[in-house]
Amino acid sequence: MVEQQIWQYAPVLILLLVALGLIGGMLAASAALGPRGRRPPIKDSAYECGMLPVQPGGGRFAVKFHRVAMLFILFDIAVVFLYPWAVVYREMLAGQAPAVLGGVLVFVGVLLVGYLHAVRKGAFDWRG
Amino acid sequence: MQDLLFYVFAAVALIAGFLAVANPFSRNPLASALFLAVALVAVSGLFVLLHAFFLGAVQILIYAGAVMVLFLFVIMLLDLREEQKRRARKVAAGLASALALALAALISAAALAGGGPADPPALEGGARALGRALFTDFLLPFEIVAVLLVAAMVGVVWLSRKEAA
Amino acid sequence: MTPTLEFFLFSALKVVAAASVLMAMVAYTVLAERRISAFVQDRIGPNRVGPAGLFQPLADAIKAFLKEDFVPGHVRKFFFWLAPVLVMLPGLLSLAVIPFGSRLGSQPMVIADLNVGILYTFGIVSLGVYGIVLAGYGSNSKYPFLGGVRSSAQMISYEVAMALSTIPVFMIVGDLNLSRVIGHQAGGWSHWMVFQAPLSFILFIAAAFAETNRLPFDLPEAENELVAGHNTEYSSIKFALFFMGEYSSMIAMSAMTVTLFFGGWTLPVFGLDQPAATWAAGIAHIAVFLSKVALMVCLMIYVRWMWPRFRYDQLMDLGWRRFVPLGLANILATALVLWARG
Repeated sequence: MVEQQIWQYAPVLILLLVALGLIGGMLAASAALGPRGRRPPIKDSAYECGMLPVQPGGGRFAVKFHRVAMLFILFDIAVVFLYPWAVVYREMLAGQAPAVLGGVLVFVGVLLVGYLHAVRKGAFDWRG
Repeated sequence: MQDLLFYVFAAVALIAGFLAVANPFSRNPLASALFLAVALVAVSGLFVLLHAFFLGAVQILIYAGAVMVLFLFVIMLLDLREEQKRRARKVAAGLASALALALAALISAAALAGGGPADPPALEGGARALGRALFTDFLLPFEIVAVLLVAAMVGVVWLSRKEAA
Repeated sequence: MTPTLEFFLFSALKVVAAASVLMAMVAYTVLAERRISAFVQDRIGPNRVGPAGLFQPLADAIKAFLKEDFVPGHVRKFFFWLAPVLVMLPGLLSLAVIPFGSRLGSQPMVIADLNVGILYTFGIVSLGVYGIVLAGYGSNSKYPFLGGVRSSAQMISYEVAMALSTIPVFMIVGDLNLSRVIGHQAGGWSHWMVFQAPLSFILFIAAAFAETNRLPFDLPEAENELVAGHNTEYSSIKFALFFMGEYSSMIAMSAMTVTLFFGGWTLPVFGLDQPAATWAAGIAHIAVFLSKVALMVCLMIYVRWMWPRFRYDQLMDLGWRRFVPLGLANILATALVLWARG
């Protein structure tokens, strides 16, 4: 029974529990062991290299980060499709070479059009 | 054992999903996004229990690791302080609840009609089985995915372009 | 004892052992970093605590625990506490699929022999972004915020490059399971993937540096621009967790490199290529694996102190306009070579 693939996922859960316990234990130990210092107002202010903080921290950031995140999702999906292909590529090459080689050439070719479009339009230009 | 894990993952997914939309402790959208991520990881556990191993891994990689990161970015891009003050409109809230109830009714009807839990499939849902299926029966959908992705890329580039100065 | 109980017991043992070894390695990697940097810069480095400074990590750990556990008043508490946990978790979780030896007795020396191996690792690595984004957001302060945003954009960009770079390896092996990848590399030096898919290795190792925020890609914590980046507002063990998370990701990445490109626990001499039949051989395999990982870690440290830092636009340019097309070309070239060979 334990030879089945699904059982191999059980140790991952054990590892997750051990990891959470370890990290939680460390945080708790530090909270318990550390001394309580004085709390002058300046210690509670955000660190800005010794200057008094101006404006609240955080806020908005450039839309180009947003664009990179969206393009990342699209490329990630494309790459995920390439993994099942990579696994069967060699064994299918014997009988079904047109499908497995031609199919992926078309796939990557089509993707390349989108990629080149993004490059041409400066989607990856970070300056300015 | 696997039944128990099913209930654990299902409970985590449901509770986290509920907290994502109606968190009584905080109206911070970032907290909602994190609970949604937890729900997605729990669903990935359900996929693994169904022997859909590839799907389980991809669920974490794409949904929890990529789509939710975009959500975080979008939330940080917005002005949170304004958002948190806004209350949902009555009409929108009513419409959303009605739709949610209809969906729940539909799913329960389907579940009740389908009988008990299905047997685990004979086929293990690893990458090899998927690869074989993709390059024999589903070659055309596979190529259409590429076209879809390119369409989305063009859309992204257009949406985030600089306004002509 | 039933087989099921035995399975869980041994799994728990392996988990605890692997996590302990990782923690010890993290501690000594920090010491190695300080000693190697001192060597590169013609200094001495920490050598006072114990012989040649060997107890320094212990002293550092005790110090981290005994510092005031301070949470500044301006932070968003929930996210501020959550971030160090989410930084530390991926480093530990990515251990699960890496075979750190062949077998001891009847037990395979891998925590979880998953058939989706590498995809699990990439999934876990992709979750590493959360901790950094949340640290930036939770700190509610400018330097951490900028560091967090920069870091997440960098990590997601190089994730694509990293995923693309490994595909030729799996085309050659024909399986995503990492034990199979190692099995495929047994039998001679030339079987190692670093020689069979050299471009993959170069792209992967460069992406690994960026993924772990190491120099030459350590923009998220560029001291002269961002103080310390996303962990600026942290102190005591929470700060140490960021540090440990970074080093455990670095060790996990090294272990991944060794597994994918340098034959994992195999060594093509003294018959160490085949799964161990005796306990001595099993222990030798673990030693081989750990030595290879230690060498990779030293390489990463050495590079850090020899190279200048990229600018952010150069980083993005390299990731998206060089590595992505190179990775795609590498895949197509491998496909054509395999096809031509028949």
